[in-house]
Amino acid sequence: MTLLHLAILFPFLFAIFIPFLYKYFRNIHTGWFVLILPIALFTYFSQFIKTTMSGKTVIETMNWIPSLGINFTAYIDGLSLLFALLITGIGSLVILYSIYYLSKEKEKLNHFYVYLLLFMGAMLGVVLSDNLIVLYTFWELTSLSSFLLIGYWYTREKSRYGAQKSMLITIFGGLAMLGGFIMLYMMTGSYSVREIITAVAEISTDGLFVPALIFILLGAFTKSAQFPFYIWLPDAMEAPTPVSAYLHSATMVKAGIYLVARLSPVFAISPEWFWLVSLFGIFTMFWGSFNAVKQTDLKAILAFSTVSQLGMIMSLLGIGAAALHIDSMNDSYFTIATLAAIFHLINHATFKGSLFMVAGIVDHETGTRDIRKLGGLMSFMPITFTISIIGAFSMAGLPPFNGFLSKEMFFTGVLRVAEMNIFNLETLGILFLIFAWVGSIFTFIYSMVLVFKTFTGKYQPEKLEKKPHEAPIGMLISPIILASLVIIFFFFPNILSLSIIDPAMQSIIPSLIGENGYFDIEISHWHGWSPELFMTIGVVIIGTIGFLSLAKWRKIYNLHPKKLTLNKAYDTSLIALDRSSSRFTKFYMTGFIRDYLIYIFAFFIIILGTTIIIKDAFSFSLKGAAPIGLYEVILAAVMAIGTITTIFAKSRLTAIIALGSVGYSLALFFVLFRAPDLALTQLIVETVSVALYLLCFYFLPELKKKDKKVSFKLTNFIIALGVGTIVTLIALSANSERASQTISAFFIENSYTLAGGKNMVNVILVDFRGFDTLFEITVLGIAALGIYSMIKLRVKEEEK
Amino acid sequence: MNKKNIKVNDLIFQTVTKIVVFIIILYSLHLFFSGHYTPGGGFVGGLMTSSALVLLLLAYDVKTVKNILPFNYINIAASGLLIAVLTGLGSLFFKVPFLTHSFKYVDLPLLGETSLATAVLFDLAVYLVVIGVTMTIIQTIGETE
Repeated sequence: MTLLHLAILFPFLFAIFIPFLYKYFRNIHTGWFVLILPIALFTYFSQFIKTTMSGKTVIETMNWIPSLGINFTAYIDGLSLLFALLITGIGSLVILYSIYYLSKEKEKLNHFYVYLLLFMGAMLGVVLSDNLIVLYTFWELTSLSSFLLIGYWYTREKSRYGAQKSMLITIFGGLAMLGGFIMLYMMTGSYSVREIITAVAEISTDGLFVPALIFILLGAFTKSAQFPFYIWLPDAMEAPTPVSAYLHSATMVKAGIYLVARLSPVFAISPEWFWLVSLFGIFTMFWGSFNAVKQTDLKAILAFSTVSQLGMIMSLLGIGAAALHIDSMNDSYFTIATLAAIFHLINHATFKGSLFMVAGIVDHETGTRDIRKLGGLMSFMPITFTISIIGAFSMAGLPPFNGFLSKEMFFTGVLRVAEMNIFNLETLGILFLIFAWVGSIFTFIYSMVLVFKTFTGKYQPEKLEKKPHEAPIGMLISPIILASLVIIFFFFPNILSLSIIDPAMQSIIPSLIGENGYFDIEISHWHGWSPELFMTIGVVIIGTIGFLSLAKWRKIYNLHPKKLTLNKAYDTSLIALDRSSSRFTKFYMTGFIRDYLIYIFAFFIIILGTTIIIKDAFSFSLKGAAPIGLYEVILAAVMAIGTITTIFAKSRLTAIIALGSVGYSLALFFVLFRAPDLALTQLIVETVSVALYLLCFYFLPELKKKDKKVSFKLTNFIIALGVGTIVTLIALSANSERASQTISAFFIENSYTLAGGKNMVNVILVDFRGFDTLFEITVLGIAALGIYSMIKLRVKEEEK
Repeated sequence: MNKKNIKVNDLIFQTVTKIVVFIIILYSLHLFFSGHYTPGGGFVGGLMTSSALVLLLLAYDVKTVKNILPFNYINIAASGLLIAVLTGLGSLFFKVPFLTHSFKYVDLPLLGETSLATAVLFDLAVYLVVIGVTMTIIQTIGETE
């Protein structure tokens, strides 16, 4: 256990103390105690920037289950450090914001901060683990804590619905991902990402390689809300706004991005990876932005915008993977997509975090998030308005904000896909370009909707629950910091490039590092009159027209039938699953013991019968069989008559007596086959049991006492016949092929010398195998006690 | 069991029972003791003894039999089980596995050379359990309304 492990586990340890802090320091908002932790962790992780800048990595191993190759290996390289800094940095700001957002008196803060710390620790674990199983463990912990946080206001129906939905979808992906990890292990024999990367050359032709790829991508797509799994994210907006800002924009939804980036060195050489990641990404980008325009709830717009932006990062990672396939051209020409992905990842965390906080402020100060009710808030909330304008313009990709830079690079990346000649991309590359460009137009439109519908236009005081006013300063600090980062990153993007982005790129596409050990990633503001710039200008012009005429073309959203939405599909499939499983259960769990017996016997027949047929196990030989005497024939006939009478008897009394006759002839068989002890016992036991049957018969209720013949049912007949046949076949076969000698010779020789008895049966019962007898008499004792308590201790009718 | 209160004079049955019960019990004891050498043993012996008691129950009634034989049959079954376990545990004192029996031929007065086996103790346990169990079952059912 090193300091690094402690840093990952510290949020968990700290979470233990939260309830005590909450209980004993009621006057102080619990958030203040929590705030110390992410700040300390952020400072701690910043120290590693120097290490990763020089191309070094840090590895610390703590044994967990060494025999299975599962060890808690913490690994810091450029990529994980970037995420760790995001998690702790945004985490600090969100906690600061939540102190002012959540009321000390009304909310259960102990729950909130425990969940949040759980999430923070889990997220740190995901990005810093080198071992896939440990990564999976933390991955599911993030799903779990996210579930708890979405359902934080658990008295609301919608919160519970959203929590369940996100849980089902992310856990589904998580389990698929676990399958992928295990396949990786089967191919390489290691759970360590570093070791798997070194073994890539050997496994890329393995049959499990593509299934593993698809399964892992399922995990990444569900977590990162890619099409068609994005549907949980808009419903997760029922969580408190700090949670939405933290989990559902800046950190957790990027876990999938992290996974794709982390495993790029493993999978990027396969064309499937490129296709799946980039196509799903680019379509998600378009689809998310298209749907965001339709929304009227501030947070819903932001949710769809997050989906869209994540799709954009995802597609950039996919396009970046294509760089590995190009040998002839200049490498740095293609690495720009990866650069754009990382840069936009950082940018998105800054502007989306601030926008969520703005939405929270608006909600907090006006009591609604519906843009149809809002309007004209600019004069009431000037600071909030400024922040939102910075965030939204950055999201739309306008200068002088950082979103402009990453969007330009995005266009560059997409344009180069169109130029590429691999995988016959000439035609499909255009599709990328169209999706990207149209998606950007919609992005522009919803960004404008977000700002201008909220802060400009007509002020409608009658629709608002509260009189709006500017938020308290504490609530504004975090968004102000994030918004200033948005501007700082635009003007000085290169403070990020060497310190953070370059080491991260080294871990995503390690094979493409230039001769000097660095990527050439000078981010410049001005490319000249390049196609990218014209594309941006086009986005702005068409976007502005689109925004201004929004009321006119909004109707196209109504064309899309409600029945065909993915949400509807999710809901109906859940209901159908529920219904069909209950119908299925009702179908075979009838409650009739007769039916269950039929299942049991039918399986008995099917399994044993097929085994006999498949193994060709039936054999019949009369070798060693004794001659049949007259007495045996007569007795067998009597027994058969007794049995047949039992089955076909009209009255129960006849059946009981016939059964008794079968028992007594069995005793006679024992006599005939020289088993006096058995014969004695059988006689007495038969008598007793017949007496008990008669007792039961005597007490049958009057109504059912009608003598009724056993009704004939074909199924029962077939089953009975089958069981009889199978048992007979097995008995004949077993008798025909004795595997070995019996051990009875030992008993015959030794019963007198070793045990001092001449009745061998009795000697076996009490001496050689006395242990069995001990427990048989125990069984008898239990039966007696059972009957005694059943009869004596039953609750009287009136006492019920 | 039969609640029809018809006065029946069971004189012959009861008189015969008085004699036969002892014969049955004697025979059951014979079955029990000779079990190690000839057919018989604790199980059959126990069943036979309880059949004698059942005969008593039939000839008289549950209350009378309870007055004659004031046993708690559940206790009898339990003591049988206890004896069985103790017999098994006893072998542990001689550093042999659980339930190892031993026997010895001893010249007893009156009986001559007799084998004294610990297995008989175990058989006794079986005997007691069987009596306890059958009588518990029959008595319990007999007493119910």
